[in-house]
Amino acid sequence: MIELPRRCRADRRELFRTMAEIRAFELASGRLWRQGLISGEMHLGIGEEGVVAGVMAHVRDGDAIAFDHRSGPPLVARGVPLEPLLLEMLGDERGLCRGRGGHMHFFAPDQLAAGSGIVGAAASLAAGFAFAAEHLRPGSACVAFFGEGAANQGMVLEALNLAAAWKLPVVFVCKDNGWAITVRSGTVTGGDLLRRARGLGVRARHANGAKVEAVYAEAAEAFARARAGRGPTFLHASCPRIEGHFLGDPLVRLVREPRREAPAMAPDVVAGLAARPGAPVGLRVRALARTSHTVARLGMGQLRPGRDPVARMRRRLGRRSAARLERDAGDRVEGALRRVLEMTGNEGGGRRG
Amino acid sequence: MAELEFAEAIDRALELAMARDERITVFGEDVELLRKRIFLRYGPRRVRNTPISEAAFLGVGVGAAMAGLRPVVEIMLVDFLGVSLDPLLNHAAKLEEFSGGSWNAPLVVRASCGGGYGDGGQHEQCLWGMLGGIPGLAVVVPSTPEDAAGLMLAALEHPGPVVYLEHKLLSEPWLEFLGRGGRDTVAFDVPPAGARGIVPDPPSPTPLGRARRCRPGGDLTIVSLGVGVHRSLEAAEELALTGFDAEVIDLRSVAPLDVDVIVAAARATGRVLVVDEDYIRGGLSGEIAAAIAEAGVDAAFARVATEGTIPYAREREDRALPNTERIVVAAKGLLARPSRGSERPPAEVGNLKAR
Repeated sequence: MIELPRRCRADRRELFRTMAEIRAFELASGRLWRQGLISGEMHLGIGEEGVVAGVMAHVRDGDAIAFDHRSGPPLVARGVPLEPLLLEMLGDERGLCRGRGGHMHFFAPDQLAAGSGIVGAAASLAAGFAFAAEHLRPGSACVAFFGEGAANQGMVLEALNLAAAWKLPVVFVCKDNGWAITVRSGTVTGGDLLRRARGLGVRARHANGAKVEAVYAEAAEAFARARAGRGPTFLHASCPRIEGHFLGDPLVRLVREPRREAPAMAPDVVAGLAARPGAPVGLRVRALARTSHTVARLGMGQLRPGRDPVARMRRRLGRRSAARLERDAGDRVEGALRRVLEMTGNEGGGRRG
Repeated sequence: MAELEFAEAIDRALELAMARDERITVFGEDVELLRKRIFLRYGPRRVRNTPISEAAFLGVGVGAAMAGLRPVVEIMLVDFLGVSLDPLLNHAAKLEEFSGGSWNAPLVVRASCGGGYGDGGQHEQCLWGMLGGIPGLAVVVPSTPEDAAGLMLAALEHPGPVVYLEHKLLSEPWLEFLGRGGRDTVAFDVPPAGARGIVPDPPSPTPLGRARRCRPGGDLTIVSLGVGVHRSLEAAEELALTGFDAEVIDLRSVAPLDVDVIVAAARATGRVLVVDEDYIRGGLSGEIAAAIAEAGVDAAFARVATEGTIPYAREREDRALPNTERIVVAAKGLLARPSRGSERPPAEVGNLKAR
């Protein structure tokens, strides 16, 4: 029997505070990206606040975290100062990694926190952190954040197996938002991820990621087991992907602004369907149906506000209480943003290539 | 003749080849969206999305090629070959030799490459030098729409594995997908002659391993590929203002490498500058220097390449990648040195005589 920490009941206000700060940070990042101050891809974690807050509430000094391209949320939840994070995304010398990494490559050695833009890399990295923990920091645990799309990477499956065989103190957090870039994960995934993890000898649990308390409770046990030397847990948490794979995701744009985006796609669609020679009509219709179905599913599922974990928590806490916490979180983020924009001479927003 | 965008030229060539050869299939992450026209034309039997499992689906490509298909496997970014190199390095590239010439794996690995849009050092590499050093692997890097189409056709006709690299700064759909995302608040230094151009209709194959001289000149030879060709041409125009005439050669293929053209140019001008967006060490630029030295040509040599991990910060990135300014400075350095270009007896022969 694993003994759970004394206060395993979630402090909902504390969890919501973290979620609200993540949300505010991600919205601010989105604004910077739209202003052209952040270059390249920008993957937001809007929709996975409940998963990240519920897991990160258990992380303490000495624990390590490896995360994916949705890199802001775990570091905000870890309490890393916001200014260096924002400065890093602006490519500033005073940023977390002196402007060399950018948002896909955040590294915070003091918190043993490392990101990667390579899908699935977090799983084996966390297993390595856990191996080091056994030697250097007994009783500590390591977290890997990755998506269900990454669960099809060989290295993730190999890391699960290795962690099970070596009984490593890892909590593998699979944020299942149902989408692997622009592909519905169900169309490219065989079997069931929980069973898959169990098949590799890893204890597997599911939590509804829209319910932060549920994630918190499952994570509590996973961490307790890891710290007690009882091996890894695969924590599967479902969550929405509200802002697409990255900002500017063509499918999200198509759903949100069909009149603007569809005409640009039309010539290719028409040419593809009409050109000869090619597949028989039946197959072409099937291809078109598949594409339309993908777009429709995105519109119906991901972008529906009912699945938003922050909105759900607002209702649970009561509007006034939630609003106060959100205002505080917003002030913290906006304050940091203002300071950073002043430091970089971007007070009025800017334009960069 | 038609004026096409770079990526359009690749896709049209592929589409055309697929009409002629039913063995050609296309798979990779997001291809049903990214190649929607080809997907809708040829249907889900021949064009399909893969899971994010590069090692598996690249291996699937090798197996499918060995068993009679001609797969075009899309590795979204060449950087992701880091996850999946084995099927290429240890299998596709080795098969012809291992089987005593009796078996081959005719697949095309299509991947985007290159930087200049602020995506950081894990998503902007070129890696063609490393790949080009693997025996049994052909590696091509077009710099114009015409060659983009021609090299795709040639790759699809090649009997063995080919890595086809599509520079993101030339390929508008990639630049839009990864760099712009619908924003009008960012700008990129896109070379217009590479992003758009005339392509014969129908396009004809560009033979692998054949470089193209894109600008004549007698004072200096600049050897480059991909976006570097356009930066070099720009630098050559700047040099012309100061009275120097620079020849520019577009390699188009890293492997096979057109050693004859390189050596002849080195002999003629006596000064060679390699402009290579890939890493400076252990790669293409050093290989070119070796080829010239091995041919016994005594040419002054310099290179402008990427010297370290590509930084995220845009200004730093622009300085890290070969740019026109760096090319002009390096060229002037070379021009200040005496042109040699004189023939030397090959070292081996000399040694033998000495003994």
